[in-house]
Amino acid sequence: MKLVELEKKLLAVARANPPSDHVPPTFEKRVMALISARPVHDLWAAWAKALWYAAAPCVAVMLLFSAWAFYQSSQQSQTPSIDLAQQLDNTLLAAVDQGSE
Amino acid sequence: MERTEAELIAAVLKGDAASFEPLIERYSPRVFATARRYARRESEIEDIVQEVWLKAYQKLKSFRGEAPFEHWLMRLAVRTCYDFLRSHQRNRESAFSDLSEPEDDWLERFIHQPGAAREDAEAARQLVQRVLQHLSPPARLVITLLEIEDRSVKEISKLTGWSVPLVKVRAFRARAEMRKILAKITKEKYL
Repeated sequence: MKLVELEKKLLAVARANPPSDHVPPTFEKRVMALISARPVHDLWAAWAKALWYAAAPCVAVMLLFSAWAFYQSSQQSQTPSIDLAQQLDNTLLAAVDQGSE
Repeated sequence: MERTEAELIAAVLKGDAASFEPLIERYSPRVFATARRYARRESEIEDIVQEVWLKAYQKLKSFRGEAPFEHWLMRLAVRTCYDFLRSHQRNRESAFSDLSEPEDDWLERFIHQPGAAREDAEAARQLVQRVLQHLSPPARLVITLLEIEDRSVKEISKLTGWSVPLVKVRAFRARAEMRKILAKITKEKYL
């Protein structure tokens, strides 16, 4: 069988017939449109964008907590207030007080 | 006055995307010719070339200007074509029983009288395409670059990113694969 010759012949055929280098009309315009439509992959820009997206929920949570804290403090002001420092002293020195008794 | 390649690249890197268009105009013929070696349908060819240019735009920062832009672009083109072959390898045809009549005639003429089978015949071109389509992606790439485009092993190594010994091994396997396919054609048809 003339396999080697057939191989050489077919490769010669391929070499003798190079593919066309024709470019479809306005091809470069299409690529440019795709390039301008695609977002640029900038990590810092993506990070900044994510921070801006996160800012609104953070502000909302902060406002909620502020309102809740304000509500709590106004409730406490209606009841007799207990000195926080005194409470802390009592808690910390509870063991000493029990020992002395 | 026409701007040089280096000026255009520098402008793109500074954010002037419009400067990329002259580069596309200048080098698209070469990229299209390369893509046409690996894909047949025009829609697939256009997709490959488009992909090459989008990658080139995104990776332009990695072009250091040590080698010509064309070499860097052709590396991208060859690797994109290889990815295309790998993603379409299931479409490789499995039998040669559907050879067209002119292809059959050309093959018969070659077997009986090799000199009479013309190299510029359309049937011969189609037959080559058919044989190449049956090759595995690495075999097709290495046969195209080494035997058809007549490139050196070192050049293929740079284009594909494979080591020189790997190119040699793949070239050896590709030739064996091609002979196996040719044996199959001739056996199916003439034995």
